Amino acid sequence: MATEPIDSLVELHHLSFGYGERLILDDVNLTIPRGRVTALMGASGGGKTTILRLIGGQIKAQRGQMRFDGVDITPMDQAQLYQVRRRMGMLFQFGALFADLNVFENVAFPMREHTDLPEALIRDIVLMKLNAVGLRGARDLMPSDLSGGMARRVALARAIALDPELVMYDEPFAGLDPISLGTAARLIRELNDAMGLTSIFVSHDIEQTFAIADQIIILANGRIATQGTPEEVRRSQDPLVYQYVHALPEGPVHFHYPGPDVHEDFGVGAGA
Amino acid sequence: MIGRWIADIGFAVRCYLDQVGYAARLFLRLILTLGYALRRNALVRDQIHFLGNYSLAIVGVSGLFVGFVLGLQGYYILQRYGSAESLGLMVSLSLMRELGPVVTALLFAGRAGTSLTAEIGLMKAGEQISVLEMMAVDPVNRVLAPRFWAGVFTMPLLAATFSAMGVFGGWVVGVLMIGVDGGAFWSQIQSGVDVFKDLGNGVVKSFVFGVAVTFIALLQGYNALATPEGVAKATTRTVVMASLTVLGLDFILTAMMFTI
Repeated sequence: MATEPIDSLVELHHLSFGYGERLILDDVNLTIPRGRVTALMGASGGGKTTILRLIGGQIKAQRGQMRFDGVDITPMDQAQLYQVRRRMGMLFQFGALFADLNVFENVAFPMREHTDLPEALIRDIVLMKLNAVGLRGARDLMPSDLSGGMARRVALARAIALDPELVMYDEPFAGLDPISLGTAARLIRELNDAMGLTSIFVSHDIEQTFAIADQIIILANGRIATQGTPEEVRRSQDPLVYQYVHALPEGPVHFHYPGPDVHEDFGVGAGA
Repeated sequence: MIGRWIADIGFAVRCYLDQVGYAARLFLRLILTLGYALRRNALVRDQIHFLGNYSLAIVGVSGLFVGFVLGLQGYYILQRYGSAESLGLMVSLSLMRELGPVVTALLFAGRAGTSLTAEIGLMKAGEQISVLEMMAVDPVNRVLAPRFWAGVFTMPLLAATFSAMGVFGGWVVGVLMIGVDGGAFWSQIQSGVDVFKDLGNGVVKSFVFGVAVTFIALLQGYNALATPEGVAKATTRTVVMASLTVLGLDFILTAMMFTI
């Protein structure tokens, strides 16, 4: 697969981003191939969600380019960004459904905002999208009546309501029971293939991620530790990747937050 | 040491100016959403229902009781000068010019303002604002504008309700209970209240307070830290800032109306 030229939808080009002094992403180069499922993994605070927010243009890179379909979105103003975002769908960690609207209205929301479709057509599309996530029967429920997994599936139906090209999932598996987790993983894969999407998801679940992703990117310390197919990543001998894939507590990613030496803080002679 | 102080003061001033500038820009953006609000009037209508109808009970009951008290206190003062039949005029002028707009605005800040701040703060905490941005829907238009215009529209109506209930309360106490002449009570109001100077000034005040209270509530909610503590603090700030702003504006407006 690596031999054929990559048709990339999203490209991070020498991109750096940080809050104040602290760099979250340091000169990152990354390509998200069109039509594939890409997983972003890495220790917490490693910049995975930051990458999603950069792709969506919610935050701007300090250096480098964030290209969506070949166009750098970093210098765009709000109106241009909104044009680009209409080609993206994003699923937030806990769904972020509108609490005052029922399931049907939540999914219909993007269509009511962006289109003048007749009510009958909106109804059909909403029910189709809800059917795709298995919740056609839940159309009249309120978000407060839904379980975490169901809320996320409704949010997914809402994210794909306007048939985006790119769907981003921020930790879609966090806090789900094993059944919902398997369902969510299968949905990401099936929707990607059935609708011709490009999918990016952030995840910590190694088993499900390796099962469904075409490409896995592991971030560590603001850089890309490895990038490749699940098989390539599993075989990687890079110490960072090895630590992550095998869930080891010590390794290149440190257990201790950087601070003064142990003997300095505790006044003992021997350093740790 | 002194250099440090000066730097700290400079920093504080810059932070403050930054906030003022942000608030001013948001205010301007909200004013410019009038067209959007008119186009999406169903959204405004829902918010008027939410802000207005649910505040109606507290505003009506408060107005009634303020009217009762005005009737009693007014009679006590006026009968000393033998002009108890002016009770109706006194009650209605107090309410229309001053108490109606001010007390309604304070109640509105407590009832509707806090709910606006909490609602928007929680939308932010629940990433619903981020969802809107990612859907390419401007949250200032879709979330803030309908609430802003609904608040601006609702406040004068609530203040009018308050004043009407207050005059009714004054009549109940003055005429029914104390025995002031009913004809004098109403005819004094009819001849003594000027539509523009008294009623008009009150309407202007309640409109200005509506703008101020609603804007402060929305600003605090939109600026709230997206955490439970952040929302709680923002709600408190809404009540404190809105109340003080209403009282301060009231003095300025009254002074201006006096000279005109």
